[in-house]
Amino acid sequence: MKTLYDKIWERHLVHEEAGKPALLYIDLHLIHEVTSPQAFEGLRLAGRKLRRPELTFATVDHAIPTVNRNLPFKDPIAALQVETLRKNCADFGLPLYDLDRIEQGIIHVFGPEQGLTQPGMTIVCGDSHTSTHGAFGALAFGIGTSEVEHVFATQCLQQSKARNFQVNVEGELPFGVTAKDVILGIINQIGANGGVGHVIEYTGSTFRSMSMEGRMTVCNMSIEGGAKAGLIAPDETTFEYLKGRTFAPKDDAWEAAVADWRSLKTDDGVLFDKTVEIDAATLEPFVTWGTSPDMSVTITDRVPELSDARDPAEAKAFERMYEYMGVEPSQRIQDIPIDKAFIGSCTNSRIEDLREAAKVAKGHKVSSAVDALVVPGSMLIKKQAEEEGLAQIFIDAGFEWRDAGCSMCLAMNEDILQSGERCASTSNRNFEGRQGRGGRTHLVSPSMAAAAAIAGHFVDVREWRFKG
Amino acid sequence: MNQFTRHEGLTVPLFQSNIDTDQIIPKQFLTRIERSGYGAFLFNDWRFEPDGTEKADFVLNDPKYAGATILVAGTNFGCGSSREHAAWSLTDFGFRAVIAPSFGDIFYNNSMKNGLLPVRLDEAATELIVARSQSLEGYSVTIDLESQTVIDELGLNASFEIDAFRKHCLLSGLDDIGLTLQNEEMITKYEADTEITHRFAGLT
Repeated sequence: MKTLYDKIWERHLVHEEAGKPALLYIDLHLIHEVTSPQAFEGLRLAGRKLRRPELTFATVDHAIPTVNRNLPFKDPIAALQVETLRKNCADFGLPLYDLDRIEQGIIHVFGPEQGLTQPGMTIVCGDSHTSTHGAFGALAFGIGTSEVEHVFATQCLQQSKARNFQVNVEGELPFGVTAKDVILGIINQIGANGGVGHVIEYTGSTFRSMSMEGRMTVCNMSIEGGAKAGLIAPDETTFEYLKGRTFAPKDDAWEAAVADWRSLKTDDGVLFDKTVEIDAATLEPFVTWGTSPDMSVTITDRVPELSDARDPAEAKAFERMYEYMGVEPSQRIQDIPIDKAFIGSCTNSRIEDLREAAKVAKGHKVSSAVDALVVPGSMLIKKQAEEEGLAQIFIDAGFEWRDAGCSMCLAMNEDILQSGERCASTSNRNFEGRQGRGGRTHLVSPSMAAAAAIAGHFVDVREWRFKG
Repeated sequence: MNQFTRHEGLTVPLFQSNIDTDQIIPKQFLTRIERSGYGAFLFNDWRFEPDGTEKADFVLNDPKYAGATILVAGTNFGCGSSREHAAWSLTDFGFRAVIAPSFGDIFYNNSMKNGLLPVRLDEAATELIVARSQSLEGYSVTIDLESQTVIDELGLNASFEIDAFRKHCLLSGLDDIGLTLQNEEMITKYEADTEITHRFAGLT
């Protein structure tokens, strides 16, 4: 009996030898400007070729501006980095979805949207949120630049097998509780290192009834629980999403692919190395209060007290977090005011996320004390949101409506928090300085971020006055 | 790959859990396209004030630990982003090894590719090293990869686990890509035998 992870692993074994890591074939290699230049340089220095350029796709997302993209970059070093990717793609014959392309977007939004991400594949990218693609039942994980170079040269990776971890969530999500709250709740329970050395498979009725956008949000943050990857078995929802997309199989090849994809599931009765069970009915909207993604509480709750810490080391971490985050023990979450709101990132920038946020924003105005930003995950999503009227809702409410990119998730461009500024963010990491040195990040769902932007502080979206 | 066999060096304690790669090398330095020179930016926001002056209370600025080559940290060191710049900044600064009870998976791999040895010690041994590093002057340990041990002159003798093949590669300084390419015929055969890689529409 095998898990989904076991099955994908076995399909991609090129070579296995006792006492050595396995050689695993990589079906899709996604690259971007930040983690690739040194890998290309390594190839050149060693006089090596890129083995399968046709399985390698590039876009720009991390360091690019999200406004005035027709103008020269303000940051000359970022400009050089993007220019370097252009040159490398031209030299090695790789397709680059550059700033002038409607397909351009965050790499983990781009891959699925183009139909490149398909069930059963192995997918890597020099970015830890590659786990996103696991939503399609693909084994997808982030790698370092040395491994990027290794895939360039060999289309393989040397890998040791991870352990199997099942997270089973059953039941319907209560009103106001989103995929983001599900994954924040899971990380809260397993801890930021709970998944280390494991691949998580998300099972249960909650995920089966979730959209692909929701599944991507969940798998995206698997790395925040320390897991190597996250997986959800493909089903009709997956096939429906993929059908007709640019790089998805067509006609007979489509039928054959779907027939095969239906077999991609964990066998009944398989024993995982570790299992966690969660009842969806117990989940609520979550807000992180600290500087690690597992430091979250529900919107009706308070910042934990020192006595809530599990051990002295955690108490010490709490003290550091109170100071950095500028919060008090037992402070009510709904009393925390914000300066900025960021709706975007590879976690929450897809059309469904924008629809959820727009529902909250409709007919309201962003608080005069808040700067709010909506950054779609791709230029295609931007276009779709404009056609659906979502963009106008955001603009009327006083949100800035930007072009696609990673933006304030990691603040490599000018979308950045100033020291002491506090942000309600739909991104994935609340690390110190993540959104700007001294910046304070609270991770929330898109609807919670929109509500906080309007109220000027965190509010319970379940009590929101929806207009229209 | 850089070699690692045996190293004796001064330890510096940075004993917090979940030290993520955003702290090790903040994002503003990731736009560089070079592989070297990142040591100057290691722990930038913890080491320096915004105006560039050193923060006196940060451990790497303490003269007591000047020249340290072994960083001793809490659980889940190097979690978060896949940026290999984290390993590059530690090696460029002069570190040869990091001791911690556990590591983020991607960081763990990245460090070994750069000859920076990630040593997983149990919490008790890690805490002992931290305590000695804090209370003693010039406290050094010796990490021996062959015997997979960390020892000091006060009787510490802690062992650590490491994948046998990774150990072999580090001891010999072997090139990963070169090793994989020794199996090139198998890769070619796999590509010929499988349809999996031919599923993108428009590709054959």
